[in-house]
Amino acid sequence: MDNKNINRREFLKRFGLGIAATSAAMAGCSDNTKPLSADTLTLAELPPGQMSYRTCPSTGDKVSLLGYGCMRWPEKKDENGNTIIDQEMVNRLVDVAMAYGVNYFDTSPAYCRGKSEEATGIALARHPRNSYFIATKLSNFAPSTWSREESLKMYHNSFKELQVEYIDYMLLHGVGMGKGIEELNSRYIDNGILDFLLEEREKGHIRNLGFSYHGDIKVFDYLLSKHDIYKWDFVQIQLNYVDWKHAKEVNRRNTDAEYLYTELEKRGIPAIIMEPLLGGRLSKVHDHIATKLRQREPANSVASWAFRFAGTPEGVLTVLSGMTYMEHLEDNLRTYSPLVPLSDDEKAFLEETAQALLRYPTIPCNDCKYCMPCPYGLDIPGILLHFNKCINEGKMPSSSQDSNYRKARRAFLIGYDRSVPRLRQADRCIGCDHCIPHCPQNIRIPREMQRINNFVELLKQGKEF
Amino acid sequence: MLRKIRILLAALLWAGITLLFLDFTGTLHRWLGWLAQIQLLPAILALNVGVVVALLLLTLLFGRVYCSIICPLGIFQDILGFFGRKSQKNRYSYSPAKKWLRLIVLIVFVVLLLSGLNAIASLIAPYSAYGRIVQNIFAPIYQWGNNLLAYLAERIDSYAFYETEVWLRGVPTFLIALITFVVIGLLAWRNGRTYCNTICPVGTVLGGLARYSLFKPVIDTEACKKCNLCARNCKSACIDVEHQAIDYSRCVACMDCIGICNKGAISYTHRRKAYAPRPGSEGIDRRKFLSLGALLTLTSVVKAQEKKVDGGLAVITDKKIPTRHTPIVPPGAQSLRNMASHCTGCQLCVSACPNGVLRPSDALSTLMQPHSSYERGYCRPECTKCSEVCPTGAIRLIDTAEKSATQIGHAVWIKENCIPLTVGDKCGNCARHCPTGAIAMVESVAGDRRAPKVPIINVEKCIGCGACENLCPARPFSAIYVEGHEQHRTI
Repeated sequence: MDNKNINRREFLKRFGLGIAATSAAMAGCSDNTKPLSADTLTLAELPPGQMSYRTCPSTGDKVSLLGYGCMRWPEKKDENGNTIIDQEMVNRLVDVAMAYGVNYFDTSPAYCRGKSEEATGIALARHPRNSYFIATKLSNFAPSTWSREESLKMYHNSFKELQVEYIDYMLLHGVGMGKGIEELNSRYIDNGILDFLLEEREKGHIRNLGFSYHGDIKVFDYLLSKHDIYKWDFVQIQLNYVDWKHAKEVNRRNTDAEYLYTELEKRGIPAIIMEPLLGGRLSKVHDHIATKLRQREPANSVASWAFRFAGTPEGVLTVLSGMTYMEHLEDNLRTYSPLVPLSDDEKAFLEETAQALLRYPTIPCNDCKYCMPCPYGLDIPGILLHFNKCINEGKMPSSSQDSNYRKARRAFLIGYDRSVPRLRQADRCIGCDHCIPHCPQNIRIPREMQRINNFVELLKQGKEF
Repeated sequence: MLRKIRILLAALLWAGITLLFLDFTGTLHRWLGWLAQIQLLPAILALNVGVVVALLLLTLLFGRVYCSIICPLGIFQDILGFFGRKSQKNRYSYSPAKKWLRLIVLIVFVVLLLSGLNAIASLIAPYSAYGRIVQNIFAPIYQWGNNLLAYLAERIDSYAFYETEVWLRGVPTFLIALITFVVIGLLAWRNGRTYCNTICPVGTVLGGLARYSLFKPVIDTEACKKCNLCARNCKSACIDVEHQAIDYSRCVACMDCIGICNKGAISYTHRRKAYAPRPGSEGIDRRKFLSLGALLTLTSVVKAQEKKVDGGLAVITDKKIPTRHTPIVPPGAQSLRNMASHCTGCQLCVSACPNGVLRPSDALSTLMQPHSSYERGYCRPECTKCSEVCPTGAIRLIDTAEKSATQIGHAVWIKENCIPLTVGDKCGNCARHCPTGAIAMVESVAGDRRAPKVPIINVEKCIGCGACENLCPARPFSAIYVEGHEQHRTI
C-alpha cells in the first residue's frame, strides 16, 4: 500500500510538472521511442554541404555516406483506424535529407506492408531525377512469386510505384535466408530472373546490380565466386560494431561482418551497410553502456558511435538508416557532415563496448517486421522489443529475491500489456514455425516466445526463481 | 452532534464499500472486505452468527442505525435525498405505514430464499442491489477515468496506473441495475426512504426490532408546538405530529429531526412512548414490481465492443461462448447448489475478477449470480480474488494450493476445430499451458509418427481452469472447451 501511494504521488507530481512535455509528445509520435539526446546541436546550427561522399567504381556515382532506408517510414491512422504511411511527414523527411546532401534512397516492394515504394516515389518525384539514386529490390520471398511471370510483374511494378524510367541500384533481396542455396535457385536462377536482370543492366534500365545478404554463408561465397560472370556492382551486408567480430556469438548461423567486408574489399566490390544500428539496439543500449559512450564524447549521441563505425571503412559506399523521426535524421546528418573516421583507439573502445553489450541477454530483433503478420495474430517484434527494453532499462527482475523485485515485476507486466495487446502476447504462440524462415537474424522465434512466456508466468504467479 | 456522528460514520463506510466495488486491482479488499461481511443479508446467508447477533443487538439498542450507517443503499438514498431537499425545502410529509405491503414482501422474500430462489429474491435485497448499481453504472466511469490516467502515465513512463478493460458483463443484470438505480434514485430524490420503508426486507425486519429499541428519538409533548417542521424534514415520513408520535418501525435514527426542531422538543433517549401505527392503506407501489418482473424475460443480445486492430497485424476474430451443458462456477463455490442458495448477486466477485472470467448469469434460476466463461481470460492459478471478497459464503475462501486441486469442470476436445487437423499447423498450445499437465499431444493416427499431433485429456487431472480453452488458436470457437461440474471435487 505504502509503496503504491508513493508511486501515485510521484506520478501526480511528475504529471503536473511534465504536462507540457507530455502533450507535445502525444501530438508527435505514436511510438514510444525516446527522442535522442537533447544536448546535441540542432539542425539550424549545422551548415549544409558538409556531407561526406563516396564514389561507386562502376558508374562513378558520388553517393552520400548516409543512405536513407525506407523500411521504417512514419505511420498514422486514417479516418477508419487503419494504419497508413504519413506521406506529408515522408515528404518533409526526404526534403530535409536532400537539403543536407543525402542522395541514396533504399526501398523494397515488401517494406511497410508493401507501401514503401509508392510513398518513396511520391516524395522523390518532387525532385529532379538526377538529384537522387534509387535502390530497390526484387523481393520475391513468397513461393507464389517464384515463377518468372510473378517476379517480372514485381520488377516492373517497382518502376511504376517509384515513377522512374531506370533504377540506380537493384538488389536480389535477402539471399541466404530460408533454405539457402536451394531458395536462391528457386527465386533467381532456375526461373532465369538473374539473367534477365543482367540484360536489363546491359540495356541501362538498371545502372548497378547487387544483392543483399543474410543467413547462410554458402550463398554469399557462391555468389562472390561467380563475380567474374555476374560483375556485382555492390553488395549489401549487415555491419556494425557488434557483428564485426561477434556475429557468431549472437547466433551460430550468422557470419562476422569482418569476413563479409574483407571478402568484398578483396574483389573491389563496394559495400552498402544495413543494420548499422541493429534496428536501434545500438542506441537503446543498457544505461551503463550509454553512460560510458556519452562520457567519452559528451556532445555526440549513443547512435553516432555506431554510424561512425559503419562509415569508417573506405570500401563502404553508403550506410543505410531507417529514420522514422526528424530527430533521427538530424542526428545522423550531424554524424556524417562530415564523417570523423574512428581512430584505432576508438575502435578498441567500441570492441570493448560490443563485448559488454553481449553480456546482456537481449534478443537480436531489429524490428524489421519480416516475420509479420503472424498468422495467429502475435505482435512478434512488439514482444521482443519489450523484453529487450526491460533488460536495457534494468526493469528485468533477475531473481525473485531481488530487492527491487516487486517494482520490476510491476513495470515488466504493466509495460507488457501496454506494448502488446493481450491477444497478441507470447502465450498465443502455438509454435507453427511459419516465422522462422522469414527472420534475417535467424532468431528461433517460437522458442523465444515460449521462453518469454515462461518468464511472464513466473512473474504473474509470483513464483520463486 | 449525534447527527454529525451519523453522517461521518455513514460517509466513511459508504465510501469504503463503494471503493471495494470499484477497485479492480485487488488491493483494497484486504482492508475493506469486512464492510461487505457486516451486511445483514450476506451474513445470514453465510451463517455468520456473530455478525447477525451483533447487528440485531445494535438495533435493539439504538434503533435502525444499521440503515443509516452500514447499509450502502440507505446512505446512497440519503445522498440523493440531500440534493432533493436542496432543490426544494421541507419537501417531505408524514404518511401512514404500509404495514401489510411490508409484511407481504417480507414473507414472499423469505419463502423465495428458503426455496433456493435467491436470484429472484435478490432483486430487492438492498446490499446486492447497491452492488449491482456500482458494478454496472459507477464502475465503468471509474475505469474510464483510470484508463485516462493510465494513458497519461504511459506517456511519462510511469507504472502507477495501468489500463483495464471496460466491458458489459451481462445485459439483464445491467438493465436490472439501471432500473433499480432510476427507480430508487427518483424515490429517494422526491420522498426519501420510501424503498426502505415499503419494500426492503431488511428494513422490515430491523424495523420490527427497532420498535423495542432502548434508545430512540422521543417527542416531548409539552414542548412540541406541532409546527410540523420535523415531519416535513423526515425522509422516513414517520413523524405523526398530530398525535405527537414517531413510527419507530420506519425511523432510521438519522437524528435530523432532533437538530431541526427549534423548540428542542425531540431528543434521543431511552424513554419509552408507545405508538400504534395505523393499519396500512392501499397505494401499493405495484408499478415498480411489474417493471422489475418484466425484466426477467429479457435475454442477452448485445456484445461488448472490442478494440480495433492495427493494419500490420493479422485480424483476430473474437471468441464466442460455447454452449456449456453445465455452467461453471469458480473454485470455492463448492457446487451449483451452494452458489444458488447463498449468492445474492451483489457482483462483488464480478468486479474483483481480474481475468474477465466471472460475469452474472442470464438464466432465470441463477439470474445475476456469477458464473465463469473463458473467452476473455482464464481462471489463473495465482488468483483467488473472488473467494476472498464473497461475503455470503457462496464462494468460500480457498488458497491457491486448494484451488489448483479443485476440479470445477473438465475439458472437452472438439476435433472439428483443432488447428493441426483443420489448417495443418503443428500446435499443442493447450498442452503447453495446462497447469496440471492433464493434456498430452499424441499422433492423430495411432502408429503413424508423421500424423499431426492432437490433444488427449486426462479428465482425472483436469481442473477446468480454462487455460486450454482461452489459449486455443481456433476461433471463434475453441477446439477445446470446459464443461462445468455440478459438484466440485478435490483431486
